Amino acid sequence: MERVDLNQMSVRQLNHYLHHELPKKGVNQLEIANPNGFHNIAVGLDIPVKIDIRGHAGYFLGGMNKQAKLIVHGNVGWSVAENIMSGQVWVKGFASQCAGASGHGGLLFIEGSSSSRCGISMKGCDIVVGEDVGHMSAFMAQAGHLVICGNAGAGLGDSIYEAIIYIRGKIHSLGSDAQEEPMRQEDYEKVKNLLNQTDINYSPKEFKRIASARKLYQWNTDANQEY
Amino acid sequence: MCGIVGLMIKRTSKRSQLGKWITPMIICMGDRGSDSAGLAVFIPIDDPSLKRFSLFSPQSSFNWINLEEALNKETSFKSTVSGLENHGQVISPMSPKDFEKWLNQRFPFIHLLSIGQSIEVYKDMGHPRDIADRYNFEKIDASHCVGHTRMATESAVSPAHAHPFTAGEDFCLVHNGSLSNPWSLRRKLEKKGITFETDNDTEAACRFLEWRMQEGQSLEAALQEAFVELDGFYTLLMATKNKIILVRDAFACKPAVVAETQDYVAIGSEFRSLAHLPGIKNAKLFEPTPEEIYSWSV
Repeated sequence: MERVDLNQMSVRQLNHYLHHELPKKGVNQLEIANPNGFHNIAVGLDIPVKIDIRGHAGYFLGGMNKQAKLIVHGNVGWSVAENIMSGQVWVKGFASQCAGASGHGGLLFIEGSSSSRCGISMKGCDIVVGEDVGHMSAFMAQAGHLVICGNAGAGLGDSIYEAIIYIRGKIHSLGSDAQEEPMRQEDYEKVKNLLNQTDINYSPKEFKRIASARKLYQWNTDANQEY
Repeated sequence: MCGIVGLMIKRTSKRSQLGKWITPMIICMGDRGSDSAGLAVFIPIDDPSLKRFSLFSPQSSFNWINLEEALNKETSFKSTVSGLENHGQVISPMSPKDFEKWLNQRFPFIHLLSIGQSIEVYKDMGHPRDIADRYNFEKIDASHCVGHTRMATESAVSPAHAHPFTAGEDFCLVHNGSLSNPWSLRRKLEKKGITFETDNDTEAACRFLEWRMQEGQSLEAALQEAFVELDGFYTLLMATKNKIILVRDAFACKPAVVAETQDYVAIGSEFRSLAHLPGIKNAKLFEPTPEEIYSWSV
């Protein structure tokens, strides 16, 4: 397997290599050593390559990812897989804030916990979190699925649009316009399908469905600014 | 944007490593703030009758030996002064009140940065790399320290506006974020006779907490009140002579990461400032949650 070392090259050089050299070489598997918490590792990829990142990474890892499968053997900082389009980003440790923000497609899987604003404004990607999520997760989430195997912090799903949240644990509080709804057959299948893409084995029966009550879709003059 | 760092050495035998470990941490966070930087270190004095006073001279050519000679000649106390460029560290049996009075009369252009039994403060303008180099951060041998790299978003860039801020004795605070109500807080404190040295928002938070402690509260209880009183964004890292305390605002707008091993507790705005630490691969790493008080004692 090809191996690159961030003790030997800058992140800018790495990303240039991943964008311009790797596709020409036909390499389909790569390992990045010593990520050292650096930001912007492996952003903007558009190539079917599997990349193992051996250690903790900083902000924006795998941002705008297309096709590639990134596996982080450690934790990540803010905004992992921001605006992910397709492919997969798998974090073996925990993720900081805004994981999967604005993601359009693909799968983000965080084995540990993800802190606040996980899935904020997600637009069609799927996110599976093995443990807990912080406050304001799935805020204004427009499409896609957020599966939370642990608990959620305050304001879950605030101002959510058409994204669906599945949660196994406790909810500190729901945000405005988010409501619990009965699980349907298609929900069980969706949760099963998403968990099958990870190494998590919970029964879909353990999950609740949270979705939009759609009361914020139209301006309500009688609401007196109280939502 | 600003950067914060903190380090507490758990094993006495490893305290000589503090300087070596904290220096790359603060230099790395120069990426988050490069206009000024500062570090407060805690080195206890065995003799309880002595106090440390950290001083700052606007002129780097200031002759600190003159200050020592004047101090010993004009007071009945035996004090020592060690100076390095703009910073002087005094160890003296004088009371803080008497020392401050003497300093104001004899050297009114010298700023008193900190008072305490353990605390020494270094802060100045410039890139953290240059400040760490100028004041030999690598050589520091202490139990714990907190540091800051500043990118000013409000109030002037000056040595006095750099963090850490201190108030009272053996207490300091560094802040990443910005407060929305420092002036109303300040007016409240000024009515109680509390004076300010700068127009910086962080100073208001620092003096508020110290005022609560003067009124008999623990720092932890004072922080519970601060969660109500302080409006704005903050990750605050504070230190006393035997503690480091970390909090984040209700929205956790500003980052922080904690790494703990058998040898140390290290805190940084970003993980990359901790990546060089020995044993970091097996450290217990976590991100502090909003409005939770994290405290570690020496």
